[in-house]
Amino acid sequence: MKTYRVHVRVMPRAGLLDPAGQAVEHALTALGFAGATNVHLGKAIALDLEGASEADAIARARAMCDRLLANPVTEDFTVEVAA
Amino acid sequence: MLRVGVVTFPGSNCEGETLRAIARVGGEPVELWHQDTSLKGVDVVILPGGFSYGDYLRSGAIARFSPIMDPVREHAADGGGVIGICNGFQILCEAGLLPGALVRNGGLHYVSRPVDVRIERSDSICTRAYHQGEVIRIPVAHGDGRFVASADELAAIEDGDQVVLRYAGGRMLDAGGNPNEATSDIAGICNATGTIVGMMPHPERLAHPALGSDAGIGVFQSLVLSPAPAA
Repeated sequence: MKTYRVHVRVMPRAGLLDPAGQAVEHALTALGFAGATNVHLGKAIALDLEGASEADAIARARAMCDRLLANPVTEDFTVEVAA
Repeated sequence: MLRVGVVTFPGSNCEGETLRAIARVGGEPVELWHQDTSLKGVDVVILPGGFSYGDYLRSGAIARFSPIMDPVREHAADGGGVIGICNGFQILCEAGLLPGALVRNGGLHYVSRPVDVRIERSDSICTRAYHQGEVIRIPVAHGDGRFVASADELAAIEDGDQVVLRYAGGRMLDAGGNPNEATSDIAGICNATGTIVGMMPHPERLAHPALGSDAGIGVFQSLVLSPAPAA
């Protein structure tokens, strides 16, 4: 078993109204940062995870997303292992 | 006597009001704990409002894995009555017992005020004491109350007449309208058979005439009117 540093990113599903992202976008515009569009707020989750291989660790992290870390109705996720 | 259980999770609220409302309509209130592994033989189980587990990750996401949720799932599968109020509704959606999800309010504000809601179905286990189309005024208090679902789920909900409560906009200035931009003004839904119901408003908070209105008591009267589910 090896331990892998896993980074999970959970984002609101594209196309779904994201009022928090819109609020941040408006605030950036108000601060004078022109040209910032399509702002979205999500969650970053980092964990050390044991696995037989990198693929195994990724598979287990994806299972965690399916069951707990992301809501399948409203969110999408990505899983990466730190190099 | 109909036995109605109310589950307390870490961070629940209004479980006391809910227990008292059950007693007021002649039911037997039964306190349940999130770590219990049995429903103590209750006929109906209510998941109350609040902020279970601090709403960490997502509202209801962690509470759905509490030990009590195994017997709740079995009870629901056997046709037993299950009601989720506010955070309880969020838990039922996270648990997959009801379709869709509840996400951050459209305006980003926490909304705590009375709302007018229309009874869209008067044959669910907790709306039998009301008339179809009746508009009642009860409070909401939530930050994550905007109901969303995929287009397919939404069509199934509407085609199956699974909308129990809808925000009734514009009737009164101080209570009208959809407080959270919920899809199709949905304030509460049920499963296909009407035995599992989730709603964002808090009927137990307006369930005694001393408060100036007991418009919410019908939710609890309905349970007593209903034939006891064969649980």
